[in-house]
Amino acid sequence: MATTYFTEDHEWIRVEGGVATVGITDYAQEQLGDLVFVELPEAGKALKKGDVAVVVESVKAASDVYAPADGEVVEANGALSGDPALVNSAATGDGWLWKMKLADESQLSGLLDEAGYKAHIG
Amino acid sequence: MTGEDLKSLPLEDLHKAAGARFGGFAGWSMPLTYPPGVMKEHLHTREHVGLFDISHMKLFEVSGPDAAALLDRACPLQAAALELSQSKYTFLLTEQAGVVDDLIVTRLGPERFMVVANAGNAAADEAHLKALARDFDATVTPLDRVFLAIQGPEAAAVLLKAGIETDAITFMHGLELRHDWFLSRSGYTGEDGFEIGLPEADARALVKELTADPRVMWIGLAARDSLRLEAGLCLHGQDITPDTDPASAGLMWAVPKEIRAHGAFIGADALRDILARGPTEKRVGLKPEGRQPVRAGTVLTDADGKPAGRVTSGGFGPSTGFPVAMGYVAVPLAKPGSRLFADVRGTKVPVDVHPLPFTAHRYRKG
Repeated sequence: MATTYFTEDHEWIRVEGGVATVGITDYAQEQLGDLVFVELPEAGKALKKGDVAVVVESVKAASDVYAPADGEVVEANGALSGDPALVNSAATGDGWLWKMKLADESQLSGLLDEAGYKAHIG
Repeated sequence: MTGEDLKSLPLEDLHKAAGARFGGFAGWSMPLTYPPGVMKEHLHTREHVGLFDISHMKLFEVSGPDAAALLDRACPLQAAALELSQSKYTFLLTEQAGVVDDLIVTRLGPERFMVVANAGNAAADEAHLKALARDFDATVTPLDRVFLAIQGPEAAAVLLKAGIETDAITFMHGLELRHDWFLSRSGYTGEDGFEIGLPEADARALVKELTADPRVMWIGLAARDSLRLEAGLCLHGQDITPDTDPASAGLMWAVPKEIRAHGAFIGADALRDILARGPTEKRVGLKPEGRQPVRAGTVLTDADGKPAGRVTSGGFGPSTGFPVAMGYVAVPLAKPGSRLFADVRGTKVPVDVHPLPFTAHRYRKG
């Protein structure tokens, strides 16, 4: 059974079997507008909590997406290289950004749940 | 800029009703995008008509027996040589020939001119022009207007349907169409189009009519920026600043030959010096390889890793389908095809000098 967490920086993290799939929320993609490029990490890259894992670029600006915990990238969403707008059309589905093997899942325990995130964005 | 002390557009309620997302720009709370989003807004403007609220920009009337003389002192201009209704792109310069602001000056009458200034510089421009006006028999009057841009290949047709006949006006001409209305055939998109300054009540009526036309879409500041960047047009504060001069910026076409040689405008001596020595850098178009945009502030190097220039505007071109940028590079490299490299977060992105504009201008020159 997967557990989904949210950060105040508008990321969602779905954890299943010690692997986290990370993306940005629908609210975040709406704020950013049409994405034209996503800079993805290589598989095997080690990430520390708070590291910039991905950069999403809209027509006008670049925005960082942070690693929510320590771990190692197992896969980046290659579909975004050809179609970055997938993040706009399916932020919480096919527009996921990367998957990482978590070093310590308990680092996520302080994050928001869906209700908490909805309250956060008002 | 914090959100607290931003000024609101007179038509803000209409933008809210249209679903705009707002952000701060030059001291104003401005519509950045509307629900269609920057990509669709941009493409719609190139195909049909975009409606922009640019009331953050300022209109000044300069009038009096010495109005032309005042403008010739303030700008590298030959104001008296302008024909009635003719517009001219020009600048206010520092004594060092740095660009304080870029302006459009239109002749309204024998002793009357309209000056359109940028939002961020409007207060400084007004103070500067008024201070200069003390030495001349001329008056500088800021006008309280809503200012709208109607841009795109169907702009004239849409205005005609709204009862505004524009056939008599060609690109870079403007006139007072009705009492307190100023209409010019000009814009910031590279497309045919118009800019209209008018009182708020009239603007509300016009907007109501225009937005009822399916060819018209509200366009936010985000697409205004991508449109002007594809069109190779400068944004003051980024591509031209008090630290850049018209020669380096490649804007000498705006300075009449006679004025280059003999004009007595502020900054004339410095500009002549720069022209005599030759500028050390030039503004150019830049095309990054691949799809990753290269943003303003990015440093450019040559093949050997030596500093070669800097990016002053950069984003993605919805019409070109690739990233587009503008910047300053050392003169020997400032020719189409020169290959440079941008440092984007540690990655070396190849960037080629590219002719401007990226998207061909489609002005109606008559």
